[in-house]
Amino acid sequence: MPQEILVITEQRGGEFKGNVGLEVIGAAQRLSSVSGLGFSIFLLGHNVEGLTGLLINYGADEILVADSKILGDYNSQVYVHVLSEKISGSDKKPAAILLPATATGRDIGPRLAARLGGAYIADCIALDIDGDYLLEARRLVYGGSVIATVKGNAPPEFQVATLRPNTFERAKKITGKETAVTRVEAKSPPDLRTVLKEIVYEKERGMDIAEARVVVSGGRGMKSPENYGILEELAELLGGAVGASRGAVDAGWRPADSQVGLTGKTVAPELYIACGISGAPQHLAGMMSSRCIVAINKDPGAPIFKVADYGVVGDLFEVIPRMIEGLKNNKE
Amino acid sequence: MNIIACIRQVPTLESTIKPLLQPSAPFIDRSGLEYMTNPFDEFAIEEGIRIKERLGGGELTVVAVGPEGADQMLLNALAMGADGAVHINVNEENSHLLDSFVVASLLKSVIERREYDIILCGKEAVDDRQGAVGIELAEFLGLPHVAAVTRLDIDVDTDSETKKATARRQIEGAWEILECRLPAVFTCHKGLNEPRYPPLPGIMKARRKPHEDITDIKIPAARLSLTGLENLPRRKTGKKLEGDVQEVTEELLRLLHDEARVI
Ligand SMILES: Cc1cc2nc3c(=O)[nH]c(=O)nc-3n(C[C@H](O)[C@H](O)[C@H](O)COP(=O)(O)OP(=O)(O)OC[C@H]3O[C@@H](n4cnc5c(N)ncnc54)[C@H](O)[C@@H]3O)c2cc1C
Ligand SMILES: Nc1ncnc2c1ncn2[C@@H]1O[C@H](COP(=O)(O)O)[C@@H](O)[C@H]1O
Repeated sequence: MPQEILVITEQRGGEFKGNVGLEVIGAAQRLSSVSGLGFSIFLLGHNVEGLTGLLINYGADEILVADSKILGDYNSQVYVHVLSEKISGSDKKPAAILLPATATGRDIGPRLAARLGGAYIADCIALDIDGDYLLEARRLVYGGSVIATVKGNAPPEFQVATLRPNTFERAKKITGKETAVTRVEAKSPPDLRTVLKEIVYEKERGMDIAEARVVVSGGRGMKSPENYGILEELAELLGGAVGASRGAVDAGWRPADSQVGLTGKTVAPELYIACGISGAPQHLAGMMSSRCIVAINKDPGAPIFKVADYGVVGDLFEVIPRMIEGLKNNKE
Repeated sequence: MNIIACIRQVPTLESTIKPLLQPSAPFIDRSGLEYMTNPFDEFAIEEGIRIKERLGGGELTVVAVGPEGADQMLLNALAMGADGAVHINVNEENSHLLDSFVVASLLKSVIERREYDIILCGKEAVDDRQGAVGIELAEFLGLPHVAAVTRLDIDVDTDSETKKATARRQIEGAWEILECRLPAVFTCHKGLNEPRYPPLPGIMKARRKPHEDITDIKIPAARLSLTGLENLPRRKTGKKLEGDVQEVTEELLRLLHDEARVI
């Protein structure tokens, strides 16, 4: 008999980034009320005591804190070792283990599932649990145009799922429930073979498109790398980041990590502005779940208009400078 | 240096735009699908070849789990420069029984009998985007993994015979540089390399390279079942703004502010 649902939160540099942590806890709250199972929250890192306070009011039975120098930077071998030792050594067997579908979550998830012998479901957009505690998840396949429903097979143990950011409702505060805080011992695995040498923060390029609230992307219609200056300016005004189509990346105009689409990143910002991008299915695959899509293209027949909430038929070199001007005027 | 690349086929996106979905397994009419090598797996094949070239030797074996069509993909990898291929055959009718746990287990059962220093996989298969098989395979073989790698340097110290890799991977807003003792599994991401087209002499030689067919493999029980596919509801058609640029731009900003409330 499974006993609970386990949430693994992610912090970086002693901070919770974005809302995805609360979204995963929100999903746990819901699965917990549907199934009657309680839930716990696992927190790993170094000097993260201060963060436990932020997790206390969400109705968890227990908060497990592994605070240690060896958890300061993410290392898959160390993190999975600490998690699996605690989980398999505990008398509470989780039916489901939930993580955010971030780079780290998607690194831990499959490894932990494989170690515990459970199922792994990546990047869920909806999650349910049935009377036998089996997870039923919905996720996007075939370039984001088809929703697949997958279900865990019995027994309902250690079903690991990662949850797509910006998709689940945030957790609600629950007062009056007692939440225990338990310290978990963190030990390095016996055969540690990977060492983190360095983290290089890409400051000059600003925010990561996968986390930005607004993404302004440019394609081959931008004509040259220098012309991205206007997109940088627009993105800056909107508090966003600059993405690109593969057309622009393959031309060498933009870095590979800014590519949106099937072989790039999947983004779901509140606002996505596609400038000089035709809207090939491989590009749409990476941005179709954005809340609001704006397309600026001089070809009225461009497929990007089929998914755009607002389509501007026109020359981007005329439209974007006016948008920048308009935004500046509104700010004043 | 023994290198293994795990590769699979995926349907081209163009052929899945109007897939015929069905109410029962396998839920999609496969007859209209066209296949290509998973783009991330092409990075894996290419990287394997480049490591051989840089070190001036070594052997690259490509391994695939899947139905018959995989042969063409394996042949293509041999033509690019792989030295041998292993095909773990699974009938088309059984291909819906392959979750990442099953595929990783099958790959493990074949790979563990061979010699390996480096195992390369794609970051994810672009059709199902699980991004799991490489990492699960690493776990089953008891190896470390580095996922979503955009740069990989291999170092062989001939005196001590230690082999290690320095890998760069992307995380949100930063790059991690990791050092890892081999053997290990790496999953390949865009940016790692530019896959080559098979050169003509390579195509000629491909058919004569060793090709092992494994047909009698037992499929373990999957941890997950696919229970349905449905089309994503279309986004509702939006507003098209045409005409005077100044007016159109002002209207756009107004709509984003008042209607969509995103700025
Ligand atoms: C396996 C595979 C994977 C792929 N993965 C991806 C992926 O991850 N991401 C991705 O983006 N693509 C991907 N592609 C490529 C995709 O099919 C397209 O080729 C690519 O998206 C085209 O880029 P683009 O829209 O910038 O260029 P184009 O298709 O050339 O479009 C340029 C657009 O700019 C417009 N334009 C030109 N000048 C102006 C102007 N002055 N003002 C306004 N508009 C203007 C034109 O009307 C045109 O619509 C993939 C392809 C394959 C086969
Ligand atoms: N059937 C398969 N045969 C060989 N390799 C596979 C297979 N399925 C997945 N892989 C490898 O695992 C990676 C991740 O796949 P996935 O977990 O399905 O996203 C792929 O890019 C391949 O390198």
